[in-house]
Amino acid sequence: MFARLQNNRHALGMVFMLPTVVLLLGLLAYPLGLGTWLGFTDAKIGRVGEWVGLDNFRYLVGDSVAQLSLFNTLVYTVIASILKFVLGLWLALLLNKNLPFKSFFRAIVLLPWIVPTALSAIAFWWLYDAQFSVLSWVLTQMGLIDQYIDFLGDPWNARWSTIAANVWRGIPFVAISLLAGLQTISPSYYEASAIDGATPAQQFRHVTLPLLTPIIAVVMTFSVLFTFTDFQLIYVLTRGGPLNATHLMATLAFQRAIPGGSLGEGAALATLMVPFLLAAILFSYFGLQRRAWQQGGDK
Amino acid sequence: MSDNQDKQQGGGMDYLQSLPRRWVVTYIPLGIFVFVLLFPFYWMVITTFKPNEELLARDGNPFWVSNPTLAHIEKLLFHTAYPEWLWNTVVVSVTSTVVSIVFAVLAAYAIERLRFQGAKPAGVAIFLAYLVPPSILFIPLASIIFELGLFDTRMALIVSYPTFLIPFCTWLLMGYFRSIPFELEECALIDGATRWQILVKIILPLAVPGLISAGIFAFTLSWNEFIYALTFVSSSEIKTVPVGVVTELVEGDVYHWGSLMAGALLGSLPVAFIYSFFVEHYVSGMTGSVKE
Repeated sequence: MFARLQNNRHALGMVFMLPTVVLLLGLLAYPLGLGTWLGFTDAKIGRVGEWVGLDNFRYLVGDSVAQLSLFNTLVYTVIASILKFVLGLWLALLLNKNLPFKSFFRAIVLLPWIVPTALSAIAFWWLYDAQFSVLSWVLTQMGLIDQYIDFLGDPWNARWSTIAANVWRGIPFVAISLLAGLQTISPSYYEASAIDGATPAQQFRHVTLPLLTPIIAVVMTFSVLFTFTDFQLIYVLTRGGPLNATHLMATLAFQRAIPGGSLGEGAALATLMVPFLLAAILFSYFGLQRRAWQQGGDK
Repeated sequence: MSDNQDKQQGGGMDYLQSLPRRWVVTYIPLGIFVFVLLFPFYWMVITTFKPNEELLARDGNPFWVSNPTLAHIEKLLFHTAYPEWLWNTVVVSVTSTVVSIVFAVLAAYAIERLRFQGAKPAGVAIFLAYLVPPSILFIPLASIIFELGLFDTRMALIVSYPTFLIPFCTWLLMGYFRSIPFELEECALIDGATRWQILVKIILPLAVPGLISAGIFAFTLSWNEFIYALTFVSSSEIKTVPVGVVTELVEGDVYHWGSLMAGALLGSLPVAFIYSFFVEHYVSGMTGSVKE
């Protein structure tokens, strides 16, 4: 039976796909649909909900905390992604130079990306402590400030602090991925342009950047996706406080659904993230992809 | 000659730059990057070994420990549930990694090599599945886990982690399988090998680097997972390290920074340790999956 099955690659392919398909349909596709459906019900934990139509969405659109969380998420995503891109590209360019201990640097730079975010976030929490922060200590010793900074107690301070922690964690991924892209660029382009009298800045603008665009598109799509749906960092550092100033949509959905118990509302909030997510993906992917194509970078 | 060759390939025309210029343009910025990226880890280590008086003292040099102590680690290992969390994390990570790799090998081989009808859309679907973030899935998944009666068990995590591990591993392995020449498989087919024999005896041995990358990635991803572990588990003895440290070690208003940092440090060490052995696999896997 199995022997005969092996002669038919279509049948065998189906058999090989079966475990994956069952698991992903049951625990990925079905929950995705269920989540959307839950958004239209008043489900609570341990109680099946009744269909309430657009009530949850209507409520959330008028809810000032939900509005604030959308604002926070957009600020967080845009600023952190730009910083990650600029600093990550810079680090990639540095690592691409002829350095002693190159592979050692490459390995060590990835550490923030490897360790559990929740645990490195705890280290940041300690670094941001209002009374014992070593960052404040250094700044006071240098005479730049006279009292300790309340990193996580003031709304805008807290936003900047969480963004800094997110950038810290995201730089290695961007840098190492872009470094891989840089290494595929043939040195002869740089030599040819140097002979024609191009300055390093011009080389970067007209050789490096165009050839790197396809990889930048992929990397930034992932980066935006991860930043927009970030949860752990905020949960550990601020739990959304102070005054909901750092609540992202994901943390607010968690708070409403699990400790708050209203699954319906949380699910509606999570569903509201989907359009923004799709827009972000399409923008960063096709936006950058089209530029690559215009410059003849596409196959 | 060979030295010249080396320079040509390694750093392009960097050797044309003067030494002072290289310091300003390269070494100093790189030093700052490395310092900032590593400082939180240094701070973790220092805090772990600092006695409480030094932690709360405002005078003295905070960057060094004068009387290192193991009290925080001792407290963590013998007076909290930390060892149990470590054990849970190991069990959950290893099981879900093994399951995911097996599923992913079969799926990747079917999509990439058997090319059954619908293999192309299946490949795209796998990629899209990887893009679904856990933070929009955890609420409905929680209600499914609850209905399956798995709430507050390790099984809840073991079945839910593959939802993000399988798409990732399949995608990564598809790339590896693609790089193995078709001719090898054709030769084996002519010699009368079955597809199963080809997979086990030819493809898998050749794909060992890919399997290692996929395994390390899957293990790190499940070790670091937070939102599912936070939502699906509520008893202390079933928590994983990241969730346990964040939810159980923080008591009231007095933070025990020493043991918190010790918990963070010990929880980071296993992944850092595994990573240090397989850096090259890790980096090549990461860049390989991005290049696709």
